[in-house]
Amino acid sequence: MSVSADLPRLLSLVPYLLARPGARVAEVAQVFGVSEDRLRKDLNLLWVCGLPGHGPGDLIDLEFEHDTVTLFEPQGVTRPLRLTSDEALALVVALRALAQTPGLTERAALDRVLIKVQEVAGAAAAPAGRVQVTVEGAERVLPIVEQALTTGRRLHLRYYVPGRDESTERDVDPIRVLLVEGHSYLEAWCTRAEAVRTFRLDRVAALQILDTPAAPPPVPDRDLSQGLFQAGPDDILARLMLHPGAGWVADYYPCESVQEQPDGTTVVALRTPDTAWVERLALRLGGRAVVLGPEELIEAVRARARAALAAYGASGG
Amino acid sequence: MPEAKTERLLNLVICLLATRRYLSVQQIRAAVPGYVGDGERAGSEEAFRRMFERDKRELRELGVPLETGTDAMAHDDEPGYRIARSDYELPQIALQPDEAAALGLAARLWQSASLAGAAGSALLKLAAAGVDVHSGEGTLTPRVAASEPAFDACLAAVRDGRQVRFGYRTAGRPGVQQRLVQPWGVVSWHGRWYLVGHDEARAAERVFRLSRFSGQVRLEGEPGSVSPPENLDLRAVLARAPAEAATSTARVRVRRETCWALRAEASSITADGEADLLEIGFADPERLADRIAGFGADAVVLAPEPARQAVLRRWRAVLPEKPE
Repeated sequence: MSVSADLPRLLSLVPYLLARPGARVAEVAQVFGVSEDRLRKDLNLLWVCGLPGHGPGDLIDLEFEHDTVTLFEPQGVTRPLRLTSDEALALVVALRALAQTPGLTERAALDRVLIKVQEVAGAAAAPAGRVQVTVEGAERVLPIVEQALTTGRRLHLRYYVPGRDESTERDVDPIRVLLVEGHSYLEAWCTRAEAVRTFRLDRVAALQILDTPAAPPPVPDRDLSQGLFQAGPDDILARLMLHPGAGWVADYYPCESVQEQPDGTTVVALRTPDTAWVERLALRLGGRAVVLGPEELIEAVRARARAALAAYGASGG
Repeated sequence: MPEAKTERLLNLVICLLATRRYLSVQQIRAAVPGYVGDGERAGSEEAFRRMFERDKRELRELGVPLETGTDAMAHDDEPGYRIARSDYELPQIALQPDEAAALGLAARLWQSASLAGAAGSALLKLAAAGVDVHSGEGTLTPRVAASEPAFDACLAAVRDGRQVRFGYRTAGRPGVQQRLVQPWGVVSWHGRWYLVGHDEARAAERVFRLSRFSGQVRLEGEPGSVSPPENLDLRAVLARAPAEAATSTARVRVRRETCWALRAEASSITADGEADLLEIGFADPERLADRIAGFGADAVVLAPEPARQAVLRRWRAVLPEKPE
């Protein structure tokens, strides 16, 4: 389908300009996501379009002054085209996803604008019910985090790291909340680590807004297109062979490679800065998985298993 | 030339919006510049018809509502065309500042090119209607990735109500199996996309992970030939975990300052010398062992015996057969 993107843009451009006399060409180009050059070509095209006859008074009339443009005569194109199914779907599904995220303080506004967008979209919004995005919020935690962000205050967290089975207390300066990969995260400057850290909100056991003003360093928006966690240069490459009963591991954890073998087993490779969680996973899976490498990891798993068996022996098992 | 076509299409839309009566094909040809031969082959009736058919198709694909019909007085054999303003125009909408901010937030959600583009053009239409929505970055960054190649095809299938045929790699089974499915919806769950639908061959509801799709996804059947069941809760389908009501209680001794996740699940915690004693409900000793074995020496199952043995079995399996 090679439908041109030009006509939809022009159909929005005419009413847009009509509502904004003296708009700056550079700004309009930016809003429409095109180069100034492209926009000027668009304006030149509008000039020669209009009602049948194309006599004086039939054509779209616009005027340039310095770097601004004013549209005087829209020749009937006074309002934008209604929303297409895809447009309605994109907005409605996103609004619902956020409106249903537990603990999001924008919830009330989201609910109201969702109703308005559905009304305006009409029948085009019907397929939106067939697409759903779920975001796990954190009912208790998210509103407090948002409040800390709005008031610019430091937060005290009690945070649980499952891979290391650690519960730590930290003071953090909040930077932003990320709703990504179906979970809510707080990106913050951790005063303990003296670095930016990402905290999954459903692992925050307790939190408190402190009186201290937050002063996080300016942190640019992350490129989240490849997922939340990027492999680092020092990450260890762990390789596991999974029997069919443990196949879910390949789906659940971000694996660098997944190779299904003819005998029904799966070999996965994944990168991690800290193998503690892989060791715990191996203990949990038992005979359903085999650690293939590196050697240090194989040994670490065995050491844990021996210590665990000894602990049971010691208690007279 | 692409600009010549854009010009012609814009003139066509303006013309059809302006008329109250249906315009015949010949009237359109005379009224809209670009159809009458400009030295091109468009001079012939054949060429004009083909051009006009393509133009109609393109307008329909863009969502421009072309109305066909005949007026009482018309003598034409063929129907005429017009665009009813009430079908064309975006209805009036006014947003409070917090509503505009909320909409801007939602529009930032999509990372997939097709949906991000659709959200963007939707906001442009609103801007053209005088409603400014700022979608600059704030302190809340929502993102949904849709990078699987199968995503666009599955989205189109559920939007249009058509069947999908695809290759699928089932977890734990080698090779690729062909599936024919009536798609009911697509769901993003914990950051992964799933297709929910009726598997024709198995005659049952199934959930498919889009990342396990293999090869091209083909859409089949007429638009609207698939309709999901009434009151289908897509989220509930994915959240469906076998209900495990606890039928027994295990006693587990855990070291101080460890096993936090287990403590959260325990029905009671009591101090026991240097350690803590947890009581944890369970139904199946194997599932309990899955929850406990990862804690290694930090969590010792005292009772019941089947649960204890299940944990020990897992650890023995990771050790080499011959003692070193």
